[in-house]
Amino acid sequence: MFLRVLPLLRARLIRLRTDSPKTCQPGDLTLVLPSHSPLVELARTVGAGTAANFADQVDADARFPHEAVTQLRAHRLLSCYVPQSLGGHGASLNELAFMCEELGKHCSATAMVFAMHQIQVACLVHHCHDDRHLKAYLAQLTQNQHLIGSVTSEVGVGGDMRSSVCAVDVNGDEFTLNKNSTTSSYGAQADDLLVTARTSPTAPSSDQSLVLLAKGQFTMEQTGNWNPMGMRGTGSAPFKLTGKGLTSQIMSTPFATISARTMVPVSHLLWAATWVGNAVASMTRVKSFIKQQARSNPGSLPPTALRMAELAPSIQLLRTSYRYLLTEYESINADPTRYDELSTIGYAVRMNNLKLSGSQLIVDIANKALQICGVAGYKNDSKFAMGRILRDAHAAALMVGNDRILNSNANMLMILKGD
Amino acid sequence: MQDKIRKILKDHGRLAVDANSLAETTDLYQSGMTSHASVNVMLALEGEFDVEFPDHMLKRSVFESIASITSAINQIKN
Ligand SMILES: Cc1cc2nc3c(=O)[nH]c(=O)nc-3n(C[C@H](O)[C@H](O)[C@H](O)COP(=O)(O)OP(=O)(O)OC[C@H]3O[C@@H](n4cnc5c(N)ncnc54)[C@H](O)[C@@H]3O)c2cc1C
Repeated sequence: MFLRVLPLLRARLIRLRTDSPKTCQPGDLTLVLPSHSPLVELARTVGAGTAANFADQVDADARFPHEAVTQLRAHRLLSCYVPQSLGGHGASLNELAFMCEELGKHCSATAMVFAMHQIQVACLVHHCHDDRHLKAYLAQLTQNQHLIGSVTSEVGVGGDMRSSVCAVDVNGDEFTLNKNSTTSSYGAQADDLLVTARTSPTAPSSDQSLVLLAKGQFTMEQTGNWNPMGMRGTGSAPFKLTGKGLTSQIMSTPFATISARTMVPVSHLLWAATWVGNAVASMTRVKSFIKQQARSNPGSLPPTALRMAELAPSIQLLRTSYRYLLTEYESINADPTRYDELSTIGYAVRMNNLKLSGSQLIVDIANKALQICGVAGYKNDSKFAMGRILRDAHAAALMVGNDRILNSNANMLMILKGD
Repeated sequence: MQDKIRKILKDHGRLAVDANSLAETTDLYQSGMTSHASVNVMLALEGEFDVEFPDHMLKRSVFESIASITSAINQIKN
């Protein structure tokens, strides 16, 4: 049935986009309600179909969710955030977030791969300015549906994204770049990469550029295993990167700016959206568990139903907190005179708060959901199994260690006057 | 004022270069000042000049160079 519906959805999507009177600029609020957006419907279909079907296998084998990613590619969703002027759908960030939620309801690894890729696309879309090489790259992305990996973490600096050991070494109009990454998601599957590095071999560790490496310009040699507790499908192993490219692939906007304006806020927003998906997945199991209990004893409320009611506000809190910040981000991002607000300490603290609270809430929610389902949730082969969801949830606090973020916030709060 | 700012940058900026050798408009972040170090610089500036930076001024561009810090402090004082 899906096969028949999908072309219709796509046709509707094209109609909606081309009929729309305004051209969609990056960051524009969508004209369609995100939950009804055809893009979100496509993500919903991939999530409930292929991603759901392979989620347990991907987890058991700690392997890349290639079936679901193939579907995302087939629907050209890897380029949906590319502006229409460059041939993309010009999706809003709001739509991306809803898409992450939809995928996250069924397979956290697929949702996180999608989110991480879109974060890289957003960095390119927001900061390509008039660079014709980067624009050409984005236009090509709509055709080749390349998957873009992120290499920020590095041996020697750990998760401190704003610090690099490696450096771009420029020679004429070419550069070389070698990096030992500690954790690069889908490093073995990524077609292209965005890599942080010092601007030159003599630059201090915080003076960084973001560098695009395209297929054929780099090798990724896996230097360690990936057999983690959760998020097993992300393939986030350590890699030794060796790359070479043209200086036009070094983004002209300093990474400090890209990080504050796009990479950090968009990461925290899209990660939170995938966690909402995860939370909804645990709630869905809880509901069907309680319904089953209720059916066996009609007329009386199962004792665990109260715990279910207790869980609902936590999910609502997680969802509303990220959506509030998403609306704010989209409105600032649509107005160049307000870009500076994204570089304030107050904004950085707020975005960090989202990561801190969201990553704690998701573990709390998954944990409570397990308690409600009891042994039925504890068993891996039960339809109420909570194991994968709970294990995946624990990655949230580690994807940039929460203590590292608390340390930054403690520092910034000392000088911030407001809350 | 600039001497005091240079002294603060020397003590708290964790720069990769000597603060006295910086031009007024040299980018302090490119000279090695991290966001962490910049918070300590802000605290020291508030103490030294007896000012409080309002939240909207707590942003990268204000602490980017000796010139931008000087103009921010002058703006608050007036
Ligand atoms: C599923 C997953 C996918 C990932 N994908 C990618 C990817 O695609 N690309 C990429 O580059 N990275 C990726 N990462 C890496 C991640 O964001 C971290 O950068 C990386 O894991 C390093 O973290 P660490 O825990 O090994 O080390 P650290 O960041 O050094 O942290 C170790 C411990 O020390 C604490 N700590 C460190 N510094 C401080 C401080 N200043 N104050 C207080 N406590 C501190 C931390 O909180 C933590 O408890 C991924 C991580 C996960 C879990």
